[in-house]
Amino acid sequence: MSETRELTCINCPLGCALTVTIDGDTVTVAGNTCPRGEAYGRKEVTDPTRIVTSTVPVDGGDIARVPVKTASDIPKGKIFEVMDAVHTARVKAPVKIGDIILSDVAGTGVDLVAARDVAAV
Amino acid sequence: MIDRDAILKKDHVGVLIIGGGPAGLAAAAAARKAGVDDILIIERDRMLGGILNQCIHNGFGLHTFKEELTGPEYAARFISQIRDLEIPYLLNTMVLSITRDKRVTIIGSRTGIRTISADAIILAMGCRERSRGALSIPGYRPAGVYTAGTAQRLMNIEGYQIGKRVVILGSGDIGLIMARRMTLEGAKVLTVAELMPYSGGLKRNIVQCLNDYDIPLQLSHTVVNILGKERVEGVTIAEVDASRKPIPGTEVTYDCDTLLLSCGLLPENELTRMLSANMSPVTGGASVDDLLQTDVPGVFACGNVLHVHDLVDYVSEEAALAGENAAAYVSGTYGKGSSDPIDVVEISTDGGVRYTVPQRIHVSRMRDSVTVRFRVADVYRDKTIAVYRGERCLSRRKTRVLAPGEMEQVKLEKKDLLGLTAAEGLRVVLESDTV
Ligand SMILES: Cc1cc2nc3c(=O)[nH]c(=O)nc-3n(C[C@H](O)[C@H](O)[C@H](O)COP(=O)(O)OP(=O)(O)OC[C@H]3O[C@@H](n4cnc5c(N)ncnc54)[C@H](O)[C@@H]3O)c2cc1C
Ligand code: SF4
Repeated sequence: MSETRELTCINCPLGCALTVTIDGDTVTVAGNTCPRGEAYGRKEVTDPTRIVTSTVPVDGGDIARVPVKTASDIPKGKIFEVMDAVHTARVKAPVKIGDIILSDVAGTGVDLVAARDVAAV
Repeated sequence: MIDRDAILKKDHVGVLIIGGGPAGLAAAAAARKAGVDDILIIERDRMLGGILNQCIHNGFGLHTFKEELTGPEYAARFISQIRDLEIPYLLNTMVLSITRDKRVTIIGSRTGIRTISADAIILAMGCRERSRGALSIPGYRPAGVYTAGTAQRLMNIEGYQIGKRVVILGSGDIGLIMARRMTLEGAKVLTVAELMPYSGGLKRNIVQCLNDYDIPLQLSHTVVNILGKERVEGVTIAEVDASRKPIPGTEVTYDCDTLLLSCGLLPENELTRMLSANMSPVTGGASVDDLLQTDVPGVFACGNVLHVHDLVDYVSEEAALAGENAAAYVSGTYGKGSSDPIDVVEISTDGGVRYTVPQRIHVSRMRDSVTVRFRVADVYRDKTIAVYRGERCLSRRKTRVLAPGEMEQVKLEKKDLLGLTAAEGLRVVLESDTV
């Protein structure tokens, strides 16, 4: 049984409509104008990943929340597990950009890091 | 070291920059690198960075840094440059008024009301959102209706929950980003309605903010009613016809507590108008020359106050140029006194090019090349972007797709333009491919 998925390539403004067919181990991409569309279509059906960003409350800081992000992309299917973990986090000022807020967030092997400095007041 | 007390008492500076967003920061850094000692940035917010502080999503700086930063991270790179270059700034300080002889009145928590004069001024005030008033939707004005940018600030900076069931009107980037943001925070985004038959947002945002979460985008749809007196209880959406009028019988009511409006941005130009500077009716910003100078000599503009940008990288690039040009103006290298009107050529547009920035060039004093940015009026396929000097074509570039949401650019070379006169004319046009 083969499965087909309709996707839009996001790598340039042309936005080619891709048709990706998954047949066992073989993935074929149609509708792309250039090789980047092929690579994108393949990754989106085999190993889609995203960077997740959010905010975490800070105690004693000059602002109320610190923006955070996963240090690299995580599997798309784990976005909501990562968000559940983000919702449990709370930090104390000062915070430095790049500080680890949660390590190995939701078992993804990726750390959740601060995206700005927060000074203590 | 910066002498903080001296800054508070200053009554004259070389280059004064209004706004400490990415445009103001890049302009300040460039002016300093071009040799201006005496610079001051005035920012009304409690921190530098402008709108980037609330844009916590990733996707900034792909062009400039070759990595995907979040808004605050992109801002931090420029803020640390400002610190390294020891450029003074005043926070919690707002520019109230400005005159053509370059005197500004400021009000600040530490300065009180003061007037400062400057040799050159750079306008970098950014933009604000079209509000509901500007959109005229019928119904009461219950709580729960926000512009998308206000909702973004409330959530990301103040930490408020906005609502549980959400309808978004307008598919501009801020609305798309907020659709994802609210979904991740546990809200249900029911639909995004867009009046136009195409989205004004970047493709990447449609895929990663809507498709990823199965949020439907309804093109050629608009809000026709808001239900609820105290708090939003529902929103009625209808399909529109080709003339953008709601089609009777297509109404669908969504049970929701929140309506976000993401219907475009307008340059924040109260100060520019106070200057009586010549404005562009298309961009809503000042009309500028090749130095990004308004028609008031020594007053420059850059970033979203000049025309709305979707990529911060271009804001930084444009602003750096404004900073360099302001530096050159102050040192007398060029710009001053060379406004011989015979040499000024307005750039005209045709075939779907809505505007250009700059709007005009001074050929004899222009730099070796000048980047001209523009937007198109509709979605076009297989068009050629052409630049004409009189009847002669200077450059042609084929494109596969052009969209109103994506800014385009062409480069003008001084060597091609020597001797150009207003009578001859300079045009940026879109042409259909002729085989
Ligand atoms: C919600 C949103 C999402 C975006 N997403 C992306 C993205 O994913 N990728 C990307 O590359 N770009 C993105 N952009 C575009 C980019 O961030 C903006 O174009 C850029 O921030 C504009 O910079 P600016 O300095 O012109 O304006 P702003 O950042 O708005 O800064 C203007 C500053 O001027 C200050 N100011 C205004 N009036 C006065 C006054 N009278 N006195 C003193 N100070 C004043 C304001 O407080 C503000 O700090 C996004 C923009 C928005 C609005
Ligand atoms: S396939 Fe190539 S041409 Fe088509 S959208 Fe993707 S990057 Fe652009």
